[in-house]
Amino acid sequence: MRLREVAELVGARFLAGEDLADREVRAGFAADLLSDVLAMVREEGVLLITGMVTAQVVRVAEVMNLAGVLFVRGKLPAKPTVEYAASAGIPLLATLHTMYEVCGILYNHGLPPAKRKPLPHENEPPHPAPP
Amino acid sequence: MSLPTPPRHREIFSVVGLDLERAGQVSTEVQRILRRLGVEPEVVRRAGIVCFEGEMNIVLYTPGGRIILLVYDDRVELIFSDQGPGIPDVELARQPGYSTAPEWARELGFGSGMGIPNMEANSDRLEIRSRVGEGTVIRATLFRRKGEAAGNSGKAGA
Repeated sequence: MRLREVAELVGARFLAGEDLADREVRAGFAADLLSDVLAMVREEGVLLITGMVTAQVVRVAEVMNLAGVLFVRGKLPAKPTVEYAASAGIPLLATLHTMYEVCGILYNHGLPPAKRKPLPHENEPPHPAPP
Repeated sequence: MSLPTPPRHREIFSVVGLDLERAGQVSTEVQRILRRLGVEPEVVRRAGIVCFEGEMNIVLYTPGGRIILLVYDDRVELIFSDQGPGIPDVELARQPGYSTAPEWARELGFGSGMGIPNMEANSDRLEIRSRVGEGTVIRATLFRRKGEAAGNSGKAGA
């Protein structure tokens, strides 16, 4: 699925990187916790669906080589963040839909979930409560 | 035993504590340098994640510190040092989900207790030395050729 189609399906507009609208999105991942993105996304070309609009979202997108970032719930990053994304070649999109709606729409239209990386201690019992 | 070979490339970055605007900058720069040096894409990717988490730890929890990048023929090392509060229980900090993050850090999307586990999962060796009230030094080693460190890069799937 191309970013352009993603934008059309969820009624999103490009905040940055509209020139990259034909970029292929391989899979989707939704989270508000950036550490979870870093921990779990294994492949490149993933669309991050998030309500987090800090500058670090774009850094994470860059570090992880994501296809782009789709902001939900009408949230908009600050101008310097948008400018940085544009300079770094990270497309940013924004929609008024909630995260759940966006995920449902894209999933229904065949965008697969990003391959999940098993956690380091996934098969071990939960850690004891902190003292 | 052969003599230790000097790194092919060495870079030192300083990280300013609580500077959220620039946080993450070192990681993208490290990736750029590694790419330029022809380091394998898979190692560049893992180094980016390790560096980002290490960098965020310095930014979020300490007044500042530095990151040293060492590139060898067979490995990449990232050394994070800070003069922060230290980690009282390193073993606990290595466990996924354990976090001492303040609320404001969580609001920024961090502090879910995945920082050190993420660094561990994406490096082949992670050494942590910490003293409460003095600071923390973390050395992450990423091997560039498979098999040289007992193929530990698949650790995340273990």
